[in-house]
Amino acid sequence: MTAEAIVFTVFAVLTVGSALVVVLARSLIYNAFALLFTFFGVAGLYVLLGADFLAAAQLLVYVGGILVLLLFGVMLTHKIYELDLKTDTVQFVPGLIVAAGLFVILAATGWRTEWAAVPRPPEPTTREIGGLFLGQYLLPFEAASVLLLVALIGAAMIVRRRKDA
Amino acid sequence: MIALPHYLLVSAALFSLGVLGLLTRRNAVNVLMSVELILNSANVNLVAFSRYSAGNLEGQIFAVFVIVVAAAEVAVALAIVLTLYRLRRTPNLDEADILKG
Repeated sequence: MTAEAIVFTVFAVLTVGSALVVVLARSLIYNAFALLFTFFGVAGLYVLLGADFLAAAQLLVYVGGILVLLLFGVMLTHKIYELDLKTDTVQFVPGLIVAAGLFVILAATGWRTEWAAVPRPPEPTTREIGGLFLGQYLLPFEAASVLLLVALIGAAMIVRRRKDA
Repeated sequence: MIALPHYLLVSAALFSLGVLGLLTRRNAVNVLMSVELILNSANVNLVAFSRYSAGNLEGQIFAVFVIVVAAAEVAVALAIVLTLYRLRRTPNLDEADILKG
């Protein structure tokens, strides 16, 4: 086994294993912390794929932002003195059948198709991505910034306490 | 030799686990976590195809937009969950049936 294969196996097992904990563990806190390791594993896969900028963005946005928001959600939607933040599941067996069938179909398609694989040499991508964002993809880039602004204002509007309520 | 199908396999596993969580969880925050798993699996696919298709970065650009949309989505969704909790005192989605006639 080459070094690349070993590192890939480690990150893949980390990602999928902690995703299993996210989906199957009963305690909400375990779910949230397992999600942390899933995000780290995905960032590792990005590094392995030569996407250095995306790996950093993954760590900053997902681990630093989204995970913290989700933890806020866990804390604010439970009475803080209920120490066992347990959740229960519904329709587990049908869900398992659907998810397993989906996995078999997706994995078989990805595995058996002959992809025209022309690997890109691993080189720094940040400069090129910045150039694309300020050139060819300028309009979607600006639209994304407006989307973020609208989402933040909308979120603040939704959670604010109304005087008449 | 690690190639494209290996990454597709990891991504398929992440996606299926996300769908499983989406179908079986009652807690709204858990459902949001499952949605994040699904978005991450799509991102792994995009970056993998970008790596193994001759030298363009379109996949990574798409992945950046997916991250932006995920951040916006989780902010708005958590606001809705918090409002729902304030209204009904429960984070469970199947008890949010106020609109049922």
